[in-house]
Amino acid sequence: MKKTPLYERHLALGATMTEFGGWAMPVQYSGVIDEHRNTRTLAGLFDVCHMGEIEVRGPQALDLLQRVMSRNLAAQQIGEMKLSAITNQKGGIIDDVTVYKRGEDHYLVVTNAATREGDLEWILRARREKGFEKAEVTDLSDATGKIDIQGPIAQMILSEIVEGDLGSLRFYHAMETRVAGVDAMVSRSGYTGEDGFEVYTAAARIGEIWDLLLHVGDPHGLKPAGLGARDTLRLEAGMMLFGHEMCQTVTPYEVVYGWITDLDKDFIGRDALKKQKEDGVRKKLVGFELIDRGIARHGYPVLAAGEQVGEVTSGTFSPTLGKAIGLAFVPVSLKEPGSELEIEIRSQRARAKVVPLPFYRRKK
Amino acid sequence: MAKPNPNDRKYTKEHEWAKIDEGNTVTMGITDHAQELLTDVVYVELPALGRKVRKMQPFAVVESVKSVSDIFAPVSGEVIEVNQALEATPELINKDAFGEGWIAKIKMDEPSELDSLMTAEGYEEHIGTNPH
Repeated sequence: MKKTPLYERHLALGATMTEFGGWAMPVQYSGVIDEHRNTRTLAGLFDVCHMGEIEVRGPQALDLLQRVMSRNLAAQQIGEMKLSAITNQKGGIIDDVTVYKRGEDHYLVVTNAATREGDLEWILRARREKGFEKAEVTDLSDATGKIDIQGPIAQMILSEIVEGDLGSLRFYHAMETRVAGVDAMVSRSGYTGEDGFEVYTAAARIGEIWDLLLHVGDPHGLKPAGLGARDTLRLEAGMMLFGHEMCQTVTPYEVVYGWITDLDKDFIGRDALKKQKEDGVRKKLVGFELIDRGIARHGYPVLAAGEQVGEVTSGTFSPTLGKAIGLAFVPVSLKEPGSELEIEIRSQRARAKVVPLPFYRRKK
Repeated sequence: MAKPNPNDRKYTKEHEWAKIDEGNTVTMGITDHAQELLTDVVYVELPALGRKVRKMQPFAVVESVKSVSDIFAPVSGEVIEVNQALEATPELINKDAFGEGWIAKIKMDEPSELDSLMTAEGYEEHIGTNPH
């Protein structure tokens, strides 16, 4: 198993470690619910060094990215960040990524941990096929450290050690700056449904930022948070996780990524997706709440009129809402909020109903 | 750190405890070490009253935010009482695994089965060498 540069710090903090995407990661420190609530009310600090970073530079960088990304990046400004899918010829999702434009002809693609190598191969293959030799593709994952600070007081804490004005940094925008005296890129973004920031720097220096953030943040209530809380936070916010909601046989239209799929430009998978959009999807990802007692989990069957019609992709007990929630694929006839479903939990049927996403929306 | 494992009961390798109440009845639950590993219990599926169980048969389920864990019957017999309080307050297992967080009472078919379970000392040795 691979270790992030913060591995020893997690052990020293008493974290319970788990395997995720080939990495030894902290699942929790003080407890999932405590870390979840702390991130919703104050702030949480997350080690996300396991994620991949692929740099694409040069005069044909945009041409290459336009070829592999579902999102139209033509109008992207320097300092802007865009969520995008990478799709295969059939429109299936290879990964969901964020694309930062760091300068003219200079992009950073941030990938999921387990998909990093596949993404890199895919991008290099598209580069070869199209002869985009003037796009340099470099895997910076091992050289890059990344931590997220999320929660209502994240800005106040990070401001203490960042150069520049975080207050003027807009959502899904990034700035090149220094954090704890170390060169870093900071974006206002995250995976929790709260205000917050993602911080990128050299892997060898990420520990300094982690330590100083905990030092200055501790008196205000900043606590480290593990993958357990990251998962419950993202699910409450209606955010999807690759490997659960998405895989190579699921398309952006079947999940909630129609809005990042721009059929007006050419990219791998466009023709299949165009056809699917015209024909309409057969299944759709929805949010649900359990009416009966129990917790629905990844892989549990969804039933309607006694027949299996779909599958749960993620499910948990929502600490904020105090009830069992989840995401599931259902036939389009059942996608509207209020539709009644049954979920098979250990050979018993529990009633559930479709609800609008997200489950949780922060007060602004 | 987990609370000490009381000497007044016996333990399974799967982290259940069983304590003789009176006659042939035991109260059972999971150990404090087990609740630490599980963390934040948010749902307990209790066995049906009157259910016949065999020793080390899964007969209840405890779920944390992250995981689903089977609970095994420490002895064979009949479920004669379940801890209804866990339906509304499953966190009792985290707060007091050896007391208020008990799961079920079982009327034993064969009280000698208890002899094959571990003592507190044996259980501590077990979790010392096998923390999962």
